[in-house]
Amino acid sequence: MGRTTAGLVLALLLAPFLVLMTSGSGSASAVTVLCLPKADETACIASTMGSRAEPIAGVDVILTAPDGSEQTVTTGDDGKWSFEVTETGDYTVSADPKTLPDGFELENETVDVKVDKLGGSFGAILQLRSEDYSAETSKTDEIIQSTVNGLRLGLLLALASVGLSLIYGTTGLSNFAHAEQVTLGGMMGYLFVNQWGLNLWVGGLLVVLFCAFTGWGQDRVLWQPLRRRGLGLTQMMIVTIGLSLALQYTYQYLVGARTVRVVQDNPEVSTFGPVTITHQSIVAMAISVVVLAAVGYALLRTRVGRATRAVSDNPALAAASGIDTDKVIRLVWTVAMGLAGLSGLLYALVVNGIKWDSGLQILLLLFAAVTLGGLGTAFGALVGALIIGLVVELSPVFGMPGDFKYATALLILILLLLVRPQGLLGKPQRVG
Amino acid sequence: MDNLQLILNAMVREAVSPQTAAVAIAVIGLNIHFGFTGLLNMGQAGFMLLGAYGMGITVWQGLPFALGILFGFGAALVFALVLGVPTLKLRGDYLAIVTISAAEIIRYVGRSSLLTDFTGSAQGIPGSQYTGPFRDLSFFPSGSLTLLPFNYHDVADGAVWVRLLGWAITIGAVAALVYLLRSGDRFSGVARNGLVVLLTVFTVLLVLFLFPLNYQWTGVSGWWVRFVAWSLVAVCCFVVYLLVRSPWGRLLRGIREDEDAIRSLGKNVFAIKMQALIIGGLFGALGGMVYVLASSVQPDSMGRSLTFFCYTALLLGGAATIFGPVLGTIMFYVGRVFIQQGAQVYVPDSIMNTQEAAWFSYIVVGIALMLLVIFRPQGVLGDKRELRFDV
Repeated sequence: MGRTTAGLVLALLLAPFLVLMTSGSGSASAVTVLCLPKADETACIASTMGSRAEPIAGVDVILTAPDGSEQTVTTGDDGKWSFEVTETGDYTVSADPKTLPDGFELENETVDVKVDKLGGSFGAILQLRSEDYSAETSKTDEIIQSTVNGLRLGLLLALASVGLSLIYGTTGLSNFAHAEQVTLGGMMGYLFVNQWGLNLWVGGLLVVLFCAFTGWGQDRVLWQPLRRRGLGLTQMMIVTIGLSLALQYTYQYLVGARTVRVVQDNPEVSTFGPVTITHQSIVAMAISVVVLAAVGYALLRTRVGRATRAVSDNPALAAASGIDTDKVIRLVWTVAMGLAGLSGLLYALVVNGIKWDSGLQILLLLFAAVTLGGLGTAFGALVGALIIGLVVELSPVFGMPGDFKYATALLILILLLLVRPQGLLGKPQRVG
Repeated sequence: MDNLQLILNAMVREAVSPQTAAVAIAVIGLNIHFGFTGLLNMGQAGFMLLGAYGMGITVWQGLPFALGILFGFGAALVFALVLGVPTLKLRGDYLAIVTISAAEIIRYVGRSSLLTDFTGSAQGIPGSQYTGPFRDLSFFPSGSLTLLPFNYHDVADGAVWVRLLGWAITIGAVAALVYLLRSGDRFSGVARNGLVVLLTVFTVLLVLFLFPLNYQWTGVSGWWVRFVAWSLVAVCCFVVYLLVRSPWGRLLRGIREDEDAIRSLGKNVFAIKMQALIIGGLFGALGGMVYVLASSVQPDSMGRSLTFFCYTALLLGGAATIFGPVLGTIMFYVGRVFIQQGAQVYVPDSIMNTQEAAWFSYIVVGIALMLLVIFRPQGVLGDKRELRFDV
């Protein structure tokens, strides 16, 4: 006992120095310093059992060296394990199945690690799965599950891109700061629901109202005065880039680089045949469909919707026929930002977390959706978003490496522009 | 005073760093796209990344350095062709959306773990793997050098008044230089050019007198890479000067102002735009190569943000000018360091820690970009009449 305490005290005393010596690479593991690589002398093979949120303790992890010798360590309460090695070569890591928690097995029996230089750390993730999981899910089931995921992503993208497309249609502006409005929705959800403890529905409604208000305010203090000054569209687009940069770093400043959640508890899951889906996703999809239908109805059937389409078609002609274009544009900004906020909130609920750059990651998908459907057409954006969502989720099923699933969507956009530059639903004469 | 000296030192180090020179080269390329031709290229970082990968991977795989440079340029050339063909006949927004998407695709591919053996995935390629041949080219001696050896310490023991006076004269010299560069029509000829050169040399010497810099001659990030980087900046400026004075350069401006007018003169607008896209992209690739010579090839260091910073620098210095990109880039990086260091030194840690100071400096960058475009679209050196175009 005494020895352990002394060792612990020593480790705690030494830890800061060791962390300093490895300059920047090890600050995260300051509490349990298990293995720190020394330049040209040792390397580390380390990882965590389970996830950071739910570590798995007490698993015996076995390392097999290139010469066949074995070492074993047991994971601590934080699930971390590590080995120190002094030679380069191909190592294998496995775990003793008897020490795994009941009902779990390793996805892969062993994981290969190639230590190609000393002085570095190498990760080896031993993935666990429940024993009744069958790896033989049929291709059809996989496709159905991915299609549902794709539709879910597509609907969320559609919420944001309809607004982006309407703004483009009525003002000609490609709004790069739209992504930050999506992030804002999630961040506000975090503030209202997680921090202030409001009911999710009430908080969600407040988020949408707040985001819509920011849209109204933006047009009031920024975009309308700039239009009046006669600032060119290119210049305005660069203003949106500046706004986007400023907002991104403001989020980082206020929340930090971490991921925050709107609701704390883990989502409940339902299974319908081959499809596994969280309850939040079902509700999010339902809300998206209802809201998109409402927007579509408003555009087609109401007076103000017709006015919006008229401005989108030809602002000068619309103004000449007595439509108050400024009012329409103000309304478009308000609605578009509200929709973007809703999209961000639902996105944060569906993927269970939002980060300062979450919006930024889907910005290009939004642009791809809008361009694919035809710049400036609201229904084109809807179609484009669904296609992009499906492509992103389905491309890994058809053999595209997972790293490239966003790239696939962008590639399709570029290819489509070659053959049909006006987009799927755009009119040819819109292209200059 | 000591704090101020600390901040100013950091600013000067940032101003002469090879990264600043590299971005300046990329911004010179962007100036050909955006400033002179009116092409909205949002993927300049993609060109840079291609140049860096072309050089880094080739040398890493054991091929000659010269071949690496060639591959870097080749990749950028192909990239420009691929992007230009579908979009240059369309309205400007399409080029913007396609270039930004394509640059992101390059980054995703570079990050992908599938190509770890070539690109080093998200970790990138460490500089030690490919900068050797470049350092071997150095004809500088070994050891280190302080520029200037004669500095403010030698005058009245570096008293406060010496430094204050020196700073005041520096600011005056820079203001005079900007005034000279802006007075294009009124005051021209050999006298003006001579005066500009003289003033530039004087300002640089004065800055080095006030802020002596000590680096190794050749080390990983020594004088050699700085010398090469800034020489390349000078060469690029000269090339652009020759290009835009040529008949071809006049066509570029013509396309920017009125594409149809140029077309009605029987010129092939598409071909000229494509040439501009390629040449600007090659500058971008060169910038990317220089960028990684003193660091490592990291896909995430050349993402969208870098393109946006390039635009900020370009607009700050003045688009459609020769020296605007260089001045703008230096001002951008020096200004950011000023904000960051200033916030760090003068604002207590309880209000703003180091990390937050960095974020704060980027918030200021974003707001500055907005204000710049709204209130002074011509930047420091530009001409407002040249920036009324709409793509």
